[in-house]
Amino acid sequence: MDARVKDAAGVSVGRIEDQALLRGTARFVDDIPVDMPLHACFVRSPHAHARIVSIDTSMAMEIPGVVAIYTASDLRGDLTSLRMPLGFPSPTMPKNTTPFVLAPEEVAFVGEALAVVVADSRYIAEDAASMVMVEYDSLPVVADCRTAVEPGSPTVRTEIPSNVLQQYQLAYGDCTTAFASAAHVFGDDFWIHRGCAHSMEGRGVLATLEKSSDTLMVWSSTQLAHELHYAIASMLGQPEDKLRVITPEVGGGFGAKFMIYPEEIVIPVVARKLGRPVKWLEDRREHFTSSIQERDQYWHAEIAVDTQGKVLGVRGSMIHDHGAYTPQGTNVAYNAASSMTGPYVVPHFELDVKVAHTNKVPVATIRGAGYPQANFVMERLLDRVSHELGLDRAECRRLNMIPPEKIPYTKPLKSRAGLPLVVDSGDFPALQAKLLAHIDYAGFETRRAAARSAGKYLGLGIANSVKPTGRGPFESARVRILPSGRIAIYTGALAMGQGLKTTLAQICAGHLGVSVSAIDVTAGDTSFIGFGMGGFASRQTIMAGSAVHQAALAVAAKAITVAATMLKLPADTLALHDGYVVSTVDPTVSISLAQLAIEMKGAPGFALPHLADPGLEATSHFHCDAQTYAGASHGCEVEVDPLTGEIKLTRYVAVQDSGELINPQLAEGQVHGGVVHGIGNALFEWMGYDESAQPVSTTFAEYLLPTAPEIPHIDVVFCSSPSPLNPLGVKGIGECATVPVASAIIGAIENALQDFHVRIAEAPLGPVRLLELLENQARI
Amino acid sequence: MVETDPTAKRVITLKVNGASHTCNVDVRMHLADCLRGELGLTGTHVGCEHGVCGACTVLFDGHTTRSCLMLAVQGDGHDIGTIEGLARPEDPLHPIQQAFHDLHGLQCGYCTPGILMSVAELLADDPDPSETTVRDVLSGHLCRCTGYQNIVAATLRAAKLLRESTEHGRTR
Repeated sequence: MDARVKDAAGVSVGRIEDQALLRGTARFVDDIPVDMPLHACFVRSPHAHARIVSIDTSMAMEIPGVVAIYTASDLRGDLTSLRMPLGFPSPTMPKNTTPFVLAPEEVAFVGEALAVVVADSRYIAEDAASMVMVEYDSLPVVADCRTAVEPGSPTVRTEIPSNVLQQYQLAYGDCTTAFASAAHVFGDDFWIHRGCAHSMEGRGVLATLEKSSDTLMVWSSTQLAHELHYAIASMLGQPEDKLRVITPEVGGGFGAKFMIYPEEIVIPVVARKLGRPVKWLEDRREHFTSSIQERDQYWHAEIAVDTQGKVLGVRGSMIHDHGAYTPQGTNVAYNAASSMTGPYVVPHFELDVKVAHTNKVPVATIRGAGYPQANFVMERLLDRVSHELGLDRAECRRLNMIPPEKIPYTKPLKSRAGLPLVVDSGDFPALQAKLLAHIDYAGFETRRAAARSAGKYLGLGIANSVKPTGRGPFESARVRILPSGRIAIYTGALAMGQGLKTTLAQICAGHLGVSVSAIDVTAGDTSFIGFGMGGFASRQTIMAGSAVHQAALAVAAKAITVAATMLKLPADTLALHDGYVVSTVDPTVSISLAQLAIEMKGAPGFALPHLADPGLEATSHFHCDAQTYAGASHGCEVEVDPLTGEIKLTRYVAVQDSGELINPQLAEGQVHGGVVHGIGNALFEWMGYDESAQPVSTTFAEYLLPTAPEIPHIDVVFCSSPSPLNPLGVKGIGECATVPVASAIIGAIENALQDFHVRIAEAPLGPVRLLELLENQARI
Repeated sequence: MVETDPTAKRVITLKVNGASHTCNVDVRMHLADCLRGELGLTGTHVGCEHGVCGACTVLFDGHTTRSCLMLAVQGDGHDIGTIEGLARPEDPLHPIQQAFHDLHGLQCGYCTPGILMSVAELLADDPDPSETTVRDVLSGHLCRCTGYQNIVAATLRAAKLLRESTEHGRTR
């Protein structure tokens, strides 16, 4: 790491975010004080696929307190398009693939919005929404992505010719030859399901036309403030400079808010139309039926190995459930397909991918973004190889890892933007070695035997992963020393719980020689900084952190230059300390940053003390298209009861390489959360639909999130290989701990039941399904 | 039959964090909406509105209650404790809040107010809970950010801080 940030980085300072959150004074979107806001409720389709015959709002309009009801045709004149923009623009994507602002003629999933009611209270708005009479004509439903791709399948929307949105092959080498000559080939069918995001705060939008300046003010619980700004400006024809998007406190994102949603267009347009503040808060049922999900991937995969267990090739096919529309792109499928080889060397590779529409909620990225699915397939295959050849599971993995001396290692595939996939840093064998030591791998058989004699089935599972982090192209930061002496950081990055503000403040504090408590961070307010990308893809410490690093260095240099002129001292005899520029020769000679800021703001007719742009500030954009690879090696132990199917996770060890750590305590917190998200994916979380694509899990009683008693203590071990791609040497962390979790847990369950010879190729796995698998195995 | 009209209103008095508030609420309004919308106490959060996530937990006559599952009119005449009452704005953080800050027991902070209410009740009943007890109590709360580990640690730390301050108070 850059030595100059050492003073404040690498230290677990308490978060500057916490006071307001702990006292209940923090302002989430529903807490923004506005006078007499109107409340919106959306009328959503109860059908998975139907033609809208008619919408009758007359009864609903009669309810006292209802102000307005709008359908697509009512808003057509206020919008430049009834279709949402595509999140990741792509020339190959059909134009008619994005969702509608409000469905005009046809609905394609349960939960799709087709009208909005605006009323004096949410209670009245909900009453009225239930009184909007919609006549539907049912259309054939596609509930399963495997049948969706069959010839002759009905389509999920009448406007498309086929449910197969994309079909492609990712390949290199020569699998045909490699498999033909391999000593062993093993294959399995896999089902990997990842449910919903479930930030504890749902989505929410508040919009009001600020009449004093004709500015449309929009507060949204989003991961993408600037992108939302552009989308509203373009969809509403609203001048960019008469629009301000503000991200208040965000109660978690996890990918669900990494998207511009129809509601984020509808609420601003309605607020502008009515000239009154309008607010919409997603309720939990709406999160289940209208926030993006990841859901299902079905894989068939085969692995070819030599007699020693060395991998010769991997091939297969995958069908990805994409949902009814494409709001963002097809990156979940692409991430999965292109990341399958993980930290391993696979000489020959061939994967056929089909991205298939279904009449369900659109699919986009949730914490991990396709990487956990691919990791599951690869790690399960390696367990299979180990089992079949009688090899040690860890040794089989080590044998196939990218050797540290081959790093930087270019994978023979390209990113979805056509860039090379280069593993920039890391030492995968070292990560695994650390895991084995921490989990006492060598002593496991003794523990297993002891448990068995007590009537318990103990199993151990391991999994390795690597995830590219820090998606570019840039992030912004402006560092400004105010005349009060306080320091402001503005960034286009987004704070949604990870401690971004503290992290950025730490990086800045080191350069300016101040405490983090002297710094205020404003993230995701489009009026303070022109450009920004937002919070996603485990990128913020890398991209925004490096931008703050650059900007703070520039401000520090300027402060010293100005002070040198004012104090008439050589710049190289001055240093920043505790809010002052101090002479290193005579520490009694100093000038405060506040004084410098006052001087540099200028006074009419007086020359600035130093010939430079006014103010003590700098704006920086850190550019980086390459991603830095964050590795992980996870292991766990489970206790399984083959009579009841009960699965008890008893130990968990996560070894992470996230490069240099700015705040180790916050980094560890990210690992805890990431692991537990993975535990949910492995054991609990299932977003179910029946054969008519009706959602069957729309409450937290039906959709299980992990709770505290199911979670064992998670040992987190950092093992850092700094990234050469950014000046801080940091790598991402938010998603990296989620990727290998289901692989390790399912591997442990299978291992616990080795006497029963049951093979598990799916996640999530609950007790009922486990008993089914055991029964099926017993019948064989 | 005024009571069958969902838009009927009733005047109620809630004693929240020691202060009396009189308000005229819809009879169907739930307590969380009343605290947030009518009284402006937005520290109590609403996460699921079906009684599972625990974000809206408040103290009702000293006992934890889901304020999304209770009508505001049911609170008439009762004592309600919310996150805003744990430490007064001018005071330092309450030991529970301090422990959560010190041990990074919160990330996005949305579930935190409800959790702090449950922890307050727990530690009032059991000043020295085991980790298992703490995890059982936390089972009434969903947190997507923290994985619960630092919440558990912070709760145990808070218990210790509170025990020490009580002992210190006694010896003085």
